[in-house]
Amino acid sequence: MRLTRRYRFSASHRLHAPALDDERNREIYGKCNNPYGHGHDYTLEVAVAGEPASATGRLIALGELDRLVESVILKAMDRRDLNSQVEEFGKLVPTTENLAAVVAARLAKAWPAAFAGAAARLEKVRIHETNRNIFEVHLGAPEAADDVPRGGPGTQIKANQ
Amino acid sequence: MLITRQVEFSASHTCSNPALDRAANEALYGAEANPQGHGHNFVLEVTLEGEPDPVTGMIVDLKLVKEVLEQEVVGPMDHRHLNREVPPFDRVVPTPENLALEIWRRLEPRFHGTPARLKQIRLFETDDLWVDYEGR
Repeated sequence: MRLTRRYRFSASHRLHAPALDDERNREIYGKCNNPYGHGHDYTLEVAVAGEPASATGRLIALGELDRLVESVILKAMDRRDLNSQVEEFGKLVPTTENLAAVVAARLAKAWPAAFAGAAARLEKVRIHETNRNIFEVHLGAPEAADDVPRGGPGTQIKANQ
Repeated sequence: MLITRQVEFSASHTCSNPALDRAANEALYGAEANPQGHGHNFVLEVTLEGEPDPVTGMIVDLKLVKEVLEQEVVGPMDHRHLNREVPPFDRVVPTPENLALEIWRRLEPRFHGTPARLKQIRLFETDDLWVDYEGR
């Protein structure tokens, strides 16, 4: 069984690859390269796989999941500028591909401590940048769940644009 | 090929385990544990798998699907209090997880002997929380 919970956050970003010159950046990123940045209302879906416990009927402690997402994602990213205020984007272009990978890596890293002993597994992270651009990261099988999902083994990024 | 039919039903429930005290239930289920209950507009997506019949061009008669959903889910659950009126939720906590398990149990056998098989159900408790179940 899979349980999916949806969250929202609003943030600004600018797409600019420092390794490329200004003209090339304008070519690649178009209006997303605007020097002053722009923002989105992101929607984040966190999908968890497992079986409901017979005593509680819950696949995962939902309050704990909300607290985890609040503390490692929403608090850091909601109403923030991704480029200047979210550590990973000091060096990484905050495309939503990279954002999905960063969100998945943050959740995967905090998961074992938040859900020690729980069977529920972080399965998928899906981010809607707008209603039309949707990005998914699938986390690996249980034995590969510790991999940092930045294109590493057990991880698959799909972009539907 | 897959075909999905969506239905809605509105029902009240309370998520609490009678073996636990009120504080423990609130820790476990949050606001869902309110003993007086509350309601949701549940949305159920039922996905069937099969191949279109070469003559009719249909995987399965959608009238049959509509009837099954009415008999097994909407009829018994719409505008009902799940804990009080819909067994087994007099003794099973009606979380969306358990509700999905029960809906699967009710629907899956109904497609035996038809050209379609139940592939997945997706149950939305709200726009922000849903459960997918494929029978395992």
